Amino acid sequence: MEAVRIVQGRVVPLERNDVDTDQIIPSDWLKQVERTGFEKGLFSEWRDDPDFVMNKEEHAGAKILLAGPNFGTGSSREHAVWAIMQYGFEAVISPRFGPIFANNSTKNGLVCVQVDQELGDQLMAAVQADPQLEFVVDVEKLRLEVPALAVDVAFAMDAQVQHRFLEGLDDIGLTMQQGDDISAFEATRPGYMPASN
Amino acid sequence: MTQQPRTLSQKVWDNHVVPTSNESASSNDAADNGAALLYIDLHLVHEVTSPQAFEGLRISGRTVRRPDLTVATEDHNVPTENQHLPIPDEIGRKQVDTLRANTKEFGITNYPMGHESQGIVHVIGPELGLTLPGMTVVCGDSHTSTHGAFGAIAFGIGTSEVEHVLATQTLPQLAQETMAITINGELPEGSTAKDVVLAVLARTGTSGGIGAIAEYRGSVIENLSMEGRMTVCNMSIEWGAKAGLIAPDEITFDYLKGRPHAPQGEAWDEAVTAWRELKTDEGVIFDREIIMDGSECVPHITWGTNPGQVAPIDSTIPYPADYDDTGEADACSRALEYMDLTPGMAMRDINIDTVFIGSCTNSRIEDLRAAAAVAKGHKVKDGIRTLVVPGSGMVQKQAIAEGLDKIFIEAGFDWREPGCSMCLAMNPDKLAPGERSASTSNRNFEGRQGRGGRTHLVSPQVAAATAILGHVATPEDLS
Repeated sequence: MEAVRIVQGRVVPLERNDVDTDQIIPSDWLKQVERTGFEKGLFSEWRDDPDFVMNKEEHAGAKILLAGPNFGTGSSREHAVWAIMQYGFEAVISPRFGPIFANNSTKNGLVCVQVDQELGDQLMAAVQADPQLEFVVDVEKLRLEVPALAVDVAFAMDAQVQHRFLEGLDDIGLTMQQGDDISAFEATRPGYMPASN
Repeated sequence: MTQQPRTLSQKVWDNHVVPTSNESASSNDAADNGAALLYIDLHLVHEVTSPQAFEGLRISGRTVRRPDLTVATEDHNVPTENQHLPIPDEIGRKQVDTLRANTKEFGITNYPMGHESQGIVHVIGPELGLTLPGMTVVCGDSHTSTHGAFGAIAFGIGTSEVEHVLATQTLPQLAQETMAITINGELPEGSTAKDVVLAVLARTGTSGGIGAIAEYRGSVIENLSMEGRMTVCNMSIEWGAKAGLIAPDEITFDYLKGRPHAPQGEAWDEAVTAWRELKTDEGVIFDREIIMDGSECVPHITWGTNPGQVAPIDSTIPYPADYDDTGEADACSRALEYMDLTPGMAMRDINIDTVFIGSCTNSRIEDLRAAAAVAKGHKVKDGIRTLVVPGSGMVQKQAIAEGLDKIFIEAGFDWREPGCSMCLAMNPDKLAPGERSASTSNRNFEGRQGRGGRTHLVSPQVAAATAILGHVATPEDLS
């Protein structure tokens, strides 16, 4: 994955709770065997509505998606993360994330910024009032800053995930360096464990 | 020094942490920040979330570390009619063909369409005896939590993690909180395992389990069959838990004994001895606990667009004003608009077009027996479309041997071939815009069963009764 240090830009305010991964990328799109081309599927059922927030001209080119709580609940489809990133978003802000979605984000360099509900509501109202508002997500300092609102808050990220984000590392290579440890563990597995073949 | 009492999930977790030697620790700081490298005992693979993972292996020149701990099947895309013919949908066919090519290239067993052992990945793992107590099980599918019914830590992963497991048979994982869902007492007459987990969802909403591995315990859980326990664990992810599991007991061992991949002879005895240790120690204090009584687990139905929007069938559609939280009130309004429902109306007054009996939640033989028992001697109401989709080739064969297929067909149900089917509508089994289903599956999200479709999640018994009356009903309503 590519390194990500700072995400700075305008924000799409998606004022909905419980945005599940079936909404983010409907199952018709999961038939692809490639890893690209999912941007067209992002929120595809909602985007047919010309009034849908992402269709508004003032939000074109936004880099950050701001949503209500429970964003990314549901299916394990990593296609949801791919669709969001391929559309052009680099960070998502929500009071609460679906756990598999949040985990998948860490494998692709999509920054999930969890904020408390009160701040989430404040940010939502502010972006709706001023679509030109710029947010800064700083992965190095782990801070969300909105200078125009005098908002400057910390957000949480696992230290190794942060390290991989800053360096642009994929973790398979890191784990493979522990090949001997894994072999040693395998030698201790009980003999009754089944094989699939 | 005596060891601290541990929960079942902590024991299984601890048994799978790969110790890190000093040399490699310096190059991988996972051990420094709470992430453990977990060994994975069983990796289940299907056609939808694996192609990009295999492609990643090829690009990096990597191999599959343990093809013998990996098993694949074709389930999400497969049609439920004419499985002896090629898949008509070209894109779906290509995805299935890609799985066949990938499993062949990397030496992984694949159960293709038409094979007796083919089926929904979470149905075949247990029935083949591949899922055993105390294991770690992963799959690129959120309903992997199903396998927790055996006392395994089982969770869904994304495609990047699928690639990680293929390459290393391990996953770095952050520690989770411990959680207990304790359900005491007895189930009410006419209630099922599906109602147990829907009642849990009524308590927790979709996020109550985030950050935790949950153990279901108490007399209601202990009295469930293995298949019922799978139904409960299956929907753990719907309330946000990383995984859900149940301590193995005699019911578990009886289910497993003699299954194709379960240990035999002396190995079986050794395994059972080890499995009997897999329970939460006395004196453990869980990080979180929810205590419920069986009497809460009356038949339930979802009315909204997430599984936490659920209520007893004997109740009425809620009002947005019932919610204190404005976000939840707004979500209720949006759901009622999408579902075309009016606050205050009785659940039983909801008319249904389509009934789907199937999915990794409710497509096992006991589910089909229960639905057939309700259907027997009745007729599906005119104009109602039905699909009864067994979870696997083995379930299909068993159902036919018991004559369940004939009962369904005589009652006017459409008896199909195995697969995921209308649970997520990746195959031709879809709702049309505006159509409304009673479905034994696990998700009622907008468009989940077809664009514009409306889904009500229910038990197999309620689904069967609803097909006969054409509106939401329980079996008692038939007499």
